[in-house]
Amino acid sequence: MGRAHLPVKNLLRKPGRTAALVLLTALLAASVFGGSVVVGSLRRGLESLEARLGADIIVMPAEAESKVSFKNLLLQGTTGAFYMDASVLDAVRGAQGVEIAAPQTFLASLKADCCAIKVQIIGIDPGADFTVKPWIEESYSRGLGDMEVAVGCKVTAGVGETLKIYEQYTHVVAKLAETGTGLDTAVYCNMDTMKKLLAAAEAKGVTHRLTSGSDVISAVYVKVKDGADPAQVNNWLNGHIRKVTAVRARSMFTDVSDSLSGIARAARVLIGAVWALALVILLVAFAMMIRERRREFAVLRLLGVSRRGLRDEILAETALCGLAGALIGVGVAALGVFPFTTLIETQIGLPYLTPAPGTLLTLAGGTVLATLAVGLLAGAWAAARLSRTDPGATLREGA
Amino acid sequence: MLRAEDISMRYFRKTGQANHFYAVKGVSLALCPGEVTILTGRSGSGKTTLLHMLAGLLTPTGGRVLLDDTDLYALPDTELSRLRGAKFGVIPQGRSAVDTLTVLENVLLPGQLRGERGDAEGALRWLDALGIAHLKDARPAELSGGELRRMAIARALAGNPEVILADEPTGDLDDENTEAVLTLLRRRAAEAGKAVLLVTHDSEALPYGTRVYRMECGALSAL
Ligand SMILES: Nc1ncnc2c1ncn2[C@@H]1O[C@H](COP(=O)(O)OP(=O)(O)O)[C@@H](O)[C@H]1O
Ligand SMILES: [Mg+2]
Repeated sequence: MGRAHLPVKNLLRKPGRTAALVLLTALLAASVFGGSVVVGSLRRGLESLEARLGADIIVMPAEAESKVSFKNLLLQGTTGAFYMDASVLDAVRGAQGVEIAAPQTFLASLKADCCAIKVQIIGIDPGADFTVKPWIEESYSRGLGDMEVAVGCKVTAGVGETLKIYEQYTHVVAKLAETGTGLDTAVYCNMDTMKKLLAAAEAKGVTHRLTSGSDVISAVYVKVKDGADPAQVNNWLNGHIRKVTAVRARSMFTDVSDSLSGIARAARVLIGAVWALALVILLVAFAMMIRERRREFAVLRLLGVSRRGLRDEILAETALCGLAGALIGVGVAALGVFPFTTLIETQIGLPYLTPAPGTLLTLAGGTVLATLAVGLLAGAWAAARLSRTDPGATLREGA
Repeated sequence: MLRAEDISMRYFRKTGQANHFYAVKGVSLALCPGEVTILTGRSGSGKTTLLHMLAGLLTPTGGRVLLDDTDLYALPDTELSRLRGAKFGVIPQGRSAVDTLTVLENVLLPGQLRGERGDAEGALRWLDALGIAHLKDARPAELSGGELRRMAIARALAGNPEVILADEPTGDLDDENTEAVLTLLRRRAAEAGKAVLLVTHDSEALPYGTRVYRMECGALSAL
């Protein structure tokens, strides 16, 4: 066909017909790519949160239950302002089957204090912590010193800057990787720093000390020993320590994970249905287009185009349509999904973390290739049907 | 020389007791260089069917079609298609324009499909000879039936084919253009030594033929 540039001319000079086919293809590609990105983001968000909060059991003051939902605490990483006496930590450590118990203390900043958004300040015990420390160490390996903080990726302060919290100057030494949860707006410090901040907050009238002078903590993250039954440990903690609630974090994750994979499965089925429908629609559309043009194709045969040449012509047209549609579809889906990441995250109330660029590229490339394949399949099918009739028979029709 | 040896076309259709009938039945015919062969006959007598079989566009259910010594329908499709593009100039009945191309592009198309550069000057000469050079940049949708027909004639002749097969080429032309086209076809045979088959039921055309045949119910008889 070379010199005649027929496929390109046919597409450009019938803009209405071409636009309809491209649009149809774009719709297919957009739904597949967009759907896959959202499902992938949910999966990755949950994985990342699970890795950050890899505790078997979390012990919190009983009153916390009325202040935050545990599910939110886990899934969104939001913390609250609730406190219990630091002696709870020793009680937990004394329980049978507990391997590590790591305390955390929460404090909310005042709104205009340091940052545009209200941030969560979380005190950790670097000696015991096994939940956030590995994460902090990804960006800062020396351990948090006095008045040093590590900030989540959505906190505006950068490394080397000073962050003023309750009139106290803290040093930002690390910026943490994104998790897709409320932890991205958190500020981490060690327990000594936390004590100072709590005191400063109290001076401003924003604290809830239980008994003046005693240390407070907000939660204890527990890892159980290998071989110990987390359910039993959990029951023991609930039964033997007063005014606390122990919840099994992992099982909660498993629950959510299960329902999430349910959602993912449903999404996959849906995407599959969209594909199947689009495949049928595309096949019918291409078949109709080719049927409508069968006289034109018979004329090409008359002028010396072989069956194979005609098939290539049709494939070139459908491939060009498919490619254009796929690129537009992926582009539109990207525009529809990426700028609204935060909105999607708050709407679905689940951890949401956009997959890594490499994964996204693979996904986009896969979508384009698959769409192209559908176009080629439709073209090949239509061409095969066409070649079953002699051009002479087609030329006689309606002549 | 293009020869049909006892070719037939049988279609399945209920006619009387039989469930099939012959649109063309056992026809033998030779188209010789330098001659205009005219084929007349009533509508439905099998003229178009015969022409398509001669052009390599319709596989006969019996017999052979030979171009010089090549059996057309024994060739693989790519070979037959290449041969059709190179040696045959076919003017089919009815519309045959490629709608997305201009008139000039339509005329240049067969050459381009053969992989040639495309001789625009030559194409324009044919358009001029047929009186439609001024329409070279028009799209087929803008043309009248007679103009489209002349475009198809120009397209069939532009590649300088050995065999010219014209199916009622003057069907929608006025008297003046009819005469011009018939003269043109006769000159292709007489001066350029081409083999021309002219299907027509225009009695005015008969004098232009070297031989005249009449088709009746799929059978051929000399007039
Ligand atoms: N594909 C087909 N199936 C059945 N009958 C056909 C087919 N093509 C042609 N015919 C029949 O063959 C006969 C000859 O048709 P045609 O060659 O077009 O005649 P003409 O060109 O002389 O008018 C007609 O009766 C027509 O109905
Ligand atoms: Mg006819």
